Amino acid sequence: MRFIATLGCVLLLAGCGRVWNDPYPASESDKNILYSSFAERPKHLDPVSSYSENEATFNAQIYEAPLQYQYLKRPYQLIPRTAVALPKPNFYDAAGRVVHSDSTQVAYSMYEITIRPGILYQPHPALARDASGQLLYDHLTGEELKRIWKLSDFPKTGTRELTAEDYVYQIKRLASPRLHSPIFGLISQYIVGLKELAQTLREADQTLAAEGERGAWLDLSRYPLAGAEVVDRYTYRVKIKGRYPQFLYWLEMPFFAPVPIEADRFYAQAGMAQKNLTLDWYPIGTGPFMMTENDPNTRMVLQRNPNFRGEPYPSEGAPGDREDGLLADAGKRMPFVDTVVFSREKEGIPYWNKFLQGYYDTSGISSDSFDQAVKVSVEGETTVTPEMKARGIRLETSVATSSVYLGFNWLDPVIGGQGDATQQERARKLRQAVSNAIDMEEFVSIFANGRGVPAQGPIPPGIFGYRDGKVGMNPMVYDWIDNAPKRKPISAAKRLLAEAGYRGGREEKSGKPLVLYLDVTGRGPDDKSRFDWYRKQLAKIDVQLEIRDTDYNRFQDKIRKGSEQMFIWGWNADYPDPENFLFLLDTSQSRTKFQGENSANYSNPDYDKLFAQMQVMDNGPERQALIDRMYDILRRDSPWVWGYHPKTYSLNHAWLYNVKPNQMARNKMKYYRVDATLRATRRAEWNKPDLWPIGLGALLLLVLVLPAVMSYRRRERMAARPSEATA
Amino acid sequence: MIAYLARRMLYAIPILIGVNLLTFALFFVVNTPDDMARMQLGVKRVTPAAIEAWKAERGYDRPLLINSKARGIDRLTDTIFFEKSVRLFVFDFGSADDGRNIAHEIKTRMWPSMAIALPVLLVGLAVNITFSLLMTFFRATAIDIWGVVLCVAMMSISTLFYIISGQFFVSKLWSLVPISGYEGGIDAVRFVILPVIIGVVSGIGSGARLYRTVFLEEIGKDYVRTARAKGLAETTVLFGHVLRNGMIPILTGAVAQIPLLFLGSLLTESFFGIPGLGSYTIDAISSQDFAVVRSMVFLGSVLYVIGLMLTDVSYTLADPRVRFE
Repeated sequence: MRFIATLGCVLLLAGCGRVWNDPYPASESDKNILYSSFAERPKHLDPVSSYSENEATFNAQIYEAPLQYQYLKRPYQLIPRTAVALPKPNFYDAAGRVVHSDSTQVAYSMYEITIRPGILYQPHPALARDASGQLLYDHLTGEELKRIWKLSDFPKTGTRELTAEDYVYQIKRLASPRLHSPIFGLISQYIVGLKELAQTLREADQTLAAEGERGAWLDLSRYPLAGAEVVDRYTYRVKIKGRYPQFLYWLEMPFFAPVPIEADRFYAQAGMAQKNLTLDWYPIGTGPFMMTENDPNTRMVLQRNPNFRGEPYPSEGAPGDREDGLLADAGKRMPFVDTVVFSREKEGIPYWNKFLQGYYDTSGISSDSFDQAVKVSVEGETTVTPEMKARGIRLETSVATSSVYLGFNWLDPVIGGQGDATQQERARKLRQAVSNAIDMEEFVSIFANGRGVPAQGPIPPGIFGYRDGKVGMNPMVYDWIDNAPKRKPISAAKRLLAEAGYRGGREEKSGKPLVLYLDVTGRGPDDKSRFDWYRKQLAKIDVQLEIRDTDYNRFQDKIRKGSEQMFIWGWNADYPDPENFLFLLDTSQSRTKFQGENSANYSNPDYDKLFAQMQVMDNGPERQALIDRMYDILRRDSPWVWGYHPKTYSLNHAWLYNVKPNQMARNKMKYYRVDATLRATRRAEWNKPDLWPIGLGALLLLVLVLPAVMSYRRRERMAARPSEATA
Repeated sequence: MIAYLARRMLYAIPILIGVNLLTFALFFVVNTPDDMARMQLGVKRVTPAAIEAWKAERGYDRPLLINSKARGIDRLTDTIFFEKSVRLFVFDFGSADDGRNIAHEIKTRMWPSMAIALPVLLVGLAVNITFSLLMTFFRATAIDIWGVVLCVAMMSISTLFYIISGQFFVSKLWSLVPISGYEGGIDAVRFVILPVIIGVVSGIGSGARLYRTVFLEEIGKDYVRTARAKGLAETTVLFGHVLRNGMIPILTGAVAQIPLLFLGSLLTESFFGIPGLGSYTIDAISSQDFAVVRSMVFLGSVLYVIGLMLTDVSYTLADPRVRFE
């Protein structure tokens, strides 16, 4: 009875002046909060090990690397964040003499980064000090820790100014044997002394373990790093081997964000990790937001960092941005929202419905809800449906800086690049035939609701090196007809197949049918139609395709060992530079030989040579010419069916402002502005509770129970019938 | 009774070792320590050295079951199985592969799971028993026949259908409760009411039909006729005599479930965004977190054993003829 009474009270209270299905507390209804969601709990919030998109959603708002991307301009452009200016490298020869950037003698590049003074960390107990200036919580006892379960249990917090030392400390953390930074392998090839530092730290860690202090704090400030030095309080230098212009892009990522030594020491105390009190759980930064609630099972909350210096909204944008209202807040201090609430939403249906109810400010579009949300006109123009338009929902689209491709394993004897010249030529023709047969336009139309751009090469639109129009067309697969690329007829694929020695899909010498194998990782029933579609594509040229469906672990294992023949894979850009896509086909990145990212194990010395030149060049006509030559080699060799570049579609409510798709910048929350009053009004309009079902339910129950009760009473009143024997 | 329970607890030890071994074998048939490392370290730019370091740090660099390089007892103890399993027997679950404390997670997540499972069990029992007794009372009448038809129809519908329909009608169309989410304290009622109703409704079909069969068997017995002959009201006969004597099969199902209540429901928690142990287990399986999977399976086994023991105890309370032997 008490439960029912409580329930009644809650429902009554809920009904007083607010909607009933609001998943948020009533006190939040008109607050300046941005509501978003996350599907998967982030694994790492420590900037040294965080690399996934879903982690960057949080980290990029908290940690501040020295650089960032301009939010509105295209192509993507780096601008300073905590740095005073974009660092320009100086070049040195092996003897330490300054040389010109074009010199062949360049042995080192030196990046000197100066940060702005006066930047403060968020309030954090690791920085709390007593009256004498001593840290309060750097020598916690077991007894003191007994009462602590989360960061907010520490009664005091503190802050301090960001210094160059913090950036250098974080660079050293990349080499820590305990932190497993995913970029250590790559970046240690460039930062001078990082590999050696890793070895020194490994030994130090082993010494600590031998002394019975396994896991005790490893003070990285005691170990010098030749490639990173503090010049003064606000300036530090990074020394890079040779030329590596892409290093600037890394300076935008959280890997190079500052971590104060106090925090490292604070979290390393005995007993902290057992209570999830780690940097992986509670980040510390200087950014516009700080994490105040970390419950990845339900919700994660970012709140405005009270110590944030403020940053003006961009005053310049791309053409059309002013007309779209994206410069209305130019020069105003960011961030605009006070809080960002991320709720965990594992299933698509509740997520989508909550967006429609107004409880999420922005949403992606799944295949299931695509037709409900988006209308594609005869001309191919995509807009929201009238239902969405009536709610004021806007659609934003952009091409992702990603490529999805079908790779041919270069080590495969049938379709790869092995054997003598004749064998290689046959395999090349076969790859070209398969590339011609697989109709990516049809794939995008059927399986991605048209949300993709068929690829002409590895580089997606929006990144230097991508060419539009006739010059950008892949002539191996397309013809330029009526000012548009048109896929070659299937007869072209059949001809190539015949030239490869498989006329009519049969090996000419033996007469055996040609069977190709595609390794995939099927995740659900939807994949079956996709696999059937691939079979159908090759059946067009009379080639049999066998799908080898396996779990993800085994699939990865095959790719590592190079035992697959064809496979489907993708790449999402780390940074907007052609090198970040073209390196996927460089021999030195061969997955099987060097555990790199070249999963097709493609190898062509001419391509490698051009790649090495292109890699260190600045964007310009010369670099474009080199990329064009590399494209010629790639298209001829066809190590991939170039696949497509996915398009991202997002829906935004009318009360959310300053939304512009940006595939590279992850620190977007500070730009968003919310009209909380409009949101509260709309929510109330859209979610008026219908009480009649409750009445109807009660009535139905009565209709069911009443006859039963009446029947029961009638039976109870009935006299016992005499049995036939006694009658 | 104490001797009986002690004996049952001793029987549980080989069962738990067996379950642990089976979980271990099944997990490592599908995943290798290398796969686990890759899952934690990510897909991009992971070097073999990083994988080895991750394994060494977490003790996954040892052989799985037998260490052929070791001597003596170390051949068995210096293995992943021994290292990862022996602590479970003192309920030291250790840390998940992402470094987070498993015991803390279990303590935190058991409450949301129970907030749904306990009302579903209690209300479900009450509804199912009432409905089945009603059908028993009106046996061989149209109410009974249509009741059984309704039960069969309800049994045939998948739980997922109940969940999606419930969310569509109650939350979306009628806007009565939040579609998903969770808050602590009294506010939790708003979030658990729909999953509880769906849990109860989806269980009526199978539950009421089973109980009806039990009660029908009881109602034809001599003691019922005697009770009626004494002039007792039919409700007293049903609730006072039939229900009590039909309790043993009901208890078999219900009491064994009690300790498992906090393990949660995988589907319900996932769809309603309830941060319980069901979703914790699902997350661990999909992220190949062996530490969590083995902890949850072990805990489930222990609780199941306890549940069965409680069932035995409850038999003696429900039926004085049952004795511990």
